[in-house]
Amino acid sequence: MSTLYDFALRMGDNTLILGHRVSEWCGHAPVLEEDIALANTALDLIGQTQLWLGLAAEEEGSGKTADDLAFLRDAWEFRNALLCELPNGDFGRTLMRQYLFDEWHLLMLKALQGSSEKRVSDIADKAVKEVSYHVERSRDTVIGLGDGTAESHKRMQEALDYLYPYVGELFTPDAVDTAAAEAGLAPDLASLRAPYDEALAATMAEATLSLPDSRFAHKGGRTGKMHTEHLGHILTQMQWLQRAYPGAAW
Amino acid sequence: MYAQMVKSTGAGVKSREEMSAEEAAFQDRIDADIKIEPKDWMPEGYRKTLIRQIGQHAHSEIVGQLPEGNWITRAPTLERKAILLAKVQDEAGHGLYLYAAAETLGVSRDELTEQLLDGRMKYSSIFNYPTLNWADIGAVGWLVDGAAIMNQVPLQRTSYGPYSRAMIRICKEESFHQRQGYDIMMKMAQGTEAQKKMAQDALNRLWYPSLMMFGPSDKDSVHSAQSMAWKIKMDSNDELRQKFVDQTVPQAEYLGLTVPDENLKWNEEKGGYDFSEPDWDEFFDVLQGNGPCNVDRMEKRNAAWDNGAWVREGLMAHAEKRAVLKTAAE
Amino acid sequence: MSKEWPLWEIFIRGQHGLSHRHVGSLHAPDAEMAIKNARDVYTRRNEGQSIWVVEAAHITASSPSDKGPMYEPSESKVYRHPTFFDIPEDVGAM
Repeated sequence: MSTLYDFALRMGDNTLILGHRVSEWCGHAPVLEEDIALANTALDLIGQTQLWLGLAAEEEGSGKTADDLAFLRDAWEFRNALLCELPNGDFGRTLMRQYLFDEWHLLMLKALQGSSEKRVSDIADKAVKEVSYHVERSRDTVIGLGDGTAESHKRMQEALDYLYPYVGELFTPDAVDTAAAEAGLAPDLASLRAPYDEALAATMAEATLSLPDSRFAHKGGRTGKMHTEHLGHILTQMQWLQRAYPGAAW
Repeated sequence: MYAQMVKSTGAGVKSREEMSAEEAAFQDRIDADIKIEPKDWMPEGYRKTLIRQIGQHAHSEIVGQLPEGNWITRAPTLERKAILLAKVQDEAGHGLYLYAAAETLGVSRDELTEQLLDGRMKYSSIFNYPTLNWADIGAVGWLVDGAAIMNQVPLQRTSYGPYSRAMIRICKEESFHQRQGYDIMMKMAQGTEAQKKMAQDALNRLWYPSLMMFGPSDKDSVHSAQSMAWKIKMDSNDELRQKFVDQTVPQAEYLGLTVPDENLKWNEEKGGYDFSEPDWDEFFDVLQGNGPCNVDRMEKRNAAWDNGAWVREGLMAHAEKRAVLKTAAE
Repeated sequence: MSKEWPLWEIFIRGQHGLSHRHVGSLHAPDAEMAIKNARDVYTRRNEGQSIWVVEAAHITASSPSDKGPMYEPSESKVYRHPTFFDIPEDVGAM
């Protein structure tokens, strides 16, 4: 399959799986305003999924749709970063995961606005507006809770400690990323790390949180080599109707 | 619907002779369709009944997120997932608008929430029924939102300004809810055998609970007169129920589904359908807390509130720290 | 019960160059979050381009008994309304 296919799949699987996770909050958030805001984030991510997986399906060329890709692949065929599939945990962990992803996502989309592939830059143009807001909101919340009460501070530090080992994967290129960068399709992943670290350092300082020293990184999601056990459970819910009633139109 | 089970606290409708000058002036304004605004004088019974009614309406929106939210992670396509999520999000928004309207009457959202969570306040009994198959999501939109809209459209003209304005906004936003429900039902009814079964199963389970949404028969509803005089209840329970049945039966026929009522028959003389009453014993059981999902629903709402306490406190504490810094800098 | 977030009144300027208009209320810990919450709560359908937030406690409202003196004088100043003036049709649009 083409580099563009692989690349679009990775972008689309990130937003699909993270959007799914965020949507789990609907009706359960700490306060109505947050419930509504989280749903907006999830809606943006689902919308972006339709675009990325739509592009992947088009590139794949066998008449599949974005829905086919979302609902009829098994775990080993998914290419999302592990960070996206981790369980929500408490509200703090969800927002920390969102923030860690959003900062990367925004840098990525800004770079993709200059992609040599118009279909990619078009999606990036639309998504960058949405994600600029996501990161504003998740950053404020991470800061607010980090610098809130003793309890909220403790929970946010725990969330950061738990999630940080999943950050490195976002910046670890493989053959697909190298090919995408060489074709001008996407940026060199590693080049996003410095501005990311800078943004994180500023946010965590304001949030009075400490970034873990270790740069150890879990990986395997983006390449499909090894996901967490959580992904399978997401798929059993998400894909159930399509799997149980093949061929039905919904 | 959400207004149909609220007992007004007024002690029956006063005659003109029994009213004080203030009460008479108040009733004159209502009769002249002049809106009552938060700072206007109002009888204590009007204020209390409204708090109860708007609060119950708001709680219904919030608890109502749960049965539909139950299917967000299982929606069968990306588009259906987005539509359902947007719809359930709207319910949260509607709850928010209504709490804000109640707040103008001197009660806080937190107080109302705590009254819901400890069982002092109710919510619409329909949300104590489960959503068991995907067609339920269609049926909830079609029947439950259909019934809600029937009740909410007249409430746009209710006498209390903030409530009326909230209802106008809600009705505007809700217009897509019932349509998306019927759209799912059409897909299911025209789909595979299994999908048709799901659609019929959903209608079978949700038909009578939907009829119950309008509240008990008027002959058993002793508190309506005062609320109607105050224009915080616009139509009688039975009128609305009849209207709902007359509107819904042809829609079911179009889908090729069977309304689960052997006595359903067009009555030429009254120009409407005759139909079976729902089981009112079941209704009161559900209201008492014995519906299939009452315990689950309240457990979920309590969990959201309790688990969210540290978040609400944390963000508030941060805002206070920042305000102090800002003042110091000035 | 922990302390409730303050109530904010939300004003939004729509797409068509009109003034900011009161659209409703919400709760937020501070003004910045109130703006963000307003964006999420009150512009879900593309309703607005600019948002003002004011803490509800800071709004001073006229009391209804003032209604007569506050508003009735303007009722007699009908010349403030363009329809007060009869302009012959021959003059064209004005």
